[in-house]
Amino acid sequence: MTLKKQILTAAIAGTLASAAMATTDGKVKIGVLADMSGTYADICGPGCVVATQMAIDDFGGKVLNKPIELISADSQLKPDIASAIARRWVESEDVDTIGGLVSSAVTGAVTQVTNNSKNIALITGSASNGFTTKACSPYIAHWTYNVVALANGTVKTMVGEGKKKWFFITADYAFGHALETVSSNVIKANGGEVVGSVRAPLGTTDFSSYVLQAQASGADVVALANAGNDTVNALNAATEFGLTESMDIAGLLVFSQNTKAMDGNVAGGMKLTTGFYWDLNDETRAWSKRFKEKHGEIPSMAHAGAYSATMHYLNAVQKAGTDDADVVMKQMKTTKPNDFFAVNAEFRGDGRMVHDMLLVQIKKPAERKDEDDIYKVLKVIPGNEAYNPMLDECNFSR
Amino acid sequence: MSGLLDINFFALSGQLLVGLINGSFYALLSLGLAIIFGLLRIINFAQGALYMVGAFAALLGLKYLSLSYWQALIFVPIMVGIFGMLIQVFLIRPIANQDHLYSLLLTFGLALMLQGIFTHLFGSSGLSYPTPEALKGGTRLPFMYLPNYRAWIIAVSVVVCGLTWWAIEKTKLGAYLRAGTENPQLLQAFGVNVPLIITLTFGFGVALAGLAGVLAAPVYSVSPDMGSNILIVVFAIVVIGGMGSIGGAIITGLAMGVIEGLTKYFYPQASSTVIFVVMVIVLMIKPSGLFGKEA
Repeated sequence: MTLKKQILTAAIAGTLASAAMATTDGKVKIGVLADMSGTYADICGPGCVVATQMAIDDFGGKVLNKPIELISADSQLKPDIASAIARRWVESEDVDTIGGLVSSAVTGAVTQVTNNSKNIALITGSASNGFTTKACSPYIAHWTYNVVALANGTVKTMVGEGKKKWFFITADYAFGHALETVSSNVIKANGGEVVGSVRAPLGTTDFSSYVLQAQASGADVVALANAGNDTVNALNAATEFGLTESMDIAGLLVFSQNTKAMDGNVAGGMKLTTGFYWDLNDETRAWSKRFKEKHGEIPSMAHAGAYSATMHYLNAVQKAGTDDADVVMKQMKTTKPNDFFAVNAEFRGDGRMVHDMLLVQIKKPAERKDEDDIYKVLKVIPGNEAYNPMLDECNFSR
Repeated sequence: MSGLLDINFFALSGQLLVGLINGSFYALLSLGLAIIFGLLRIINFAQGALYMVGAFAALLGLKYLSLSYWQALIFVPIMVGIFGMLIQVFLIRPIANQDHLYSLLLTFGLALMLQGIFTHLFGSSGLSYPTPEALKGGTRLPFMYLPNYRAWIIAVSVVVCGLTWWAIEKTKLGAYLRAGTENPQLLQAFGVNVPLIITLTFGFGVALAGLAGVLAAPVYSVSPDMGSNILIVVFAIVVIGGMGSIGGAIITGLAMGVIEGLTKYFYPQASSTVIFVVMVIVLMIKPSGLFGKEA
């Protein structure tokens, strides 16, 4: 074949390929990659699949007259496994977009794949703010929450109440470090100080040693920059060793499932920030009731986020008339998300979905009507106060 | 300057005591494993899962049968022990003559299954168990606040460890047991039912895991992966103490609790690895463990 012919063939092939893309491959396929069996399975595992399926069903099961398909897989919380699944999905199983995504390490690995393959990642379970700052990409949609929103909610409020001296018990991995750094900055910016911190390995069972160190620090507040069982165990130890008599505890990332795992006598009164609470208004109650009927548990903020993100994605596909990622993303960013979860919301150019966050307080057992009645909503934090401002270099909406 | 030293001394005393508390808990857990591992030569990877089952049994007993903490302390270990004996009779005994690796793989598989079943039934977030009324509160020591429940853990651990050591090393029953592992044929020739002794021993070792589970329920989050988190540490303790040494497991458990506690104070990041560092060093210097008999 001559060079000319080669170029010509390539050009024709390219045209055909892009034409095929614009008319879609006959279906829209969403893959939910989440923790189906590990520590975060209750937060974003099978429940995220249920929520995504609910969004598909509510949308009518079809978009652009093509069926919407859903597949799911267990990331096992292992970045290498997760990125291998993601690669298989986008390369040979025609998956258009990947949702779920819990644990920042897993999400980091998966988004590397989807950024390269130009598929949209709907992040609903991860906390790191890196996905819309130093690792930002035009193919990322970060829903639900991030570490900045958590810090601005809980930390800023408590510093404002005069709790100036802080001590951190931090999970010793990327997420914990990020949460501590961001929170420390908020503390310092508001006139507080950080009097000490300890890094506890992930999966620590006994926190009594760290609690003693926190007690000796003379802090006003002990912040738990960890998640899941680590938070529950740390809180238990803090109460047991009498720390709560003289100091306040701030759980920086607490999902509703974690709250239910805590002894209400121990956790009652603690303030925390969340992106969603089922019992906020009629809309959230109606959706949560439907979710509970299907899943058996009240939704976490990640579950509600998975529904909201999927809905916004499908709406954008419908409006754009294609499932081409670039076009759909542009459409997603021009329309404001608006549902029971995304209130006062905006999907920014950097991929951050900014919406109102809630500052809540854990109810004591005596205040609870039933086992799901766990929070008292203290304050709605407007999205633009909660989230970090957009970096110029990450604005992909132009 | 002296003020600074005082603070450090106080802080250190607190850490030492906390280390001892954790150590006594480790001792209790490693005791059961040391009996099964050391006397029966069964590498029981399900020990952690059975500890988890013990904690869940206490919790479910409270929720559905109004079983109090004190009742759970007696009934749960018996129940877990019977469960263990069933495992031994139906699953481990048929492969008893095979290489030890087979029982290791079998019990490891069992552990994964138990963990999977509990995750499926109760979710991964864990549940909470209230501290019994009588053990709430604590005592203010000069250097720290000692919760009554932790003091109770030390007491139970010391009593159970002491009694077990005495029963195995000093009584006739213990002598049968040791003889049964040294030379089963000979003991059987004397008319002793060796398979029964082995089953009962296995059941007792497993019951200790159940007991530890009940003790742990009020202080740690009761979750399906609570056993797998702690199992490897406990195995390391048994290896450091020396296979087959009951006293070794108890003393090493206490010592490792203290070492881990001090690491949490001086360099917390290493606290999850320090026990394994000790294990490597001990194995290099004395392969049979600190208190093990030379192989």
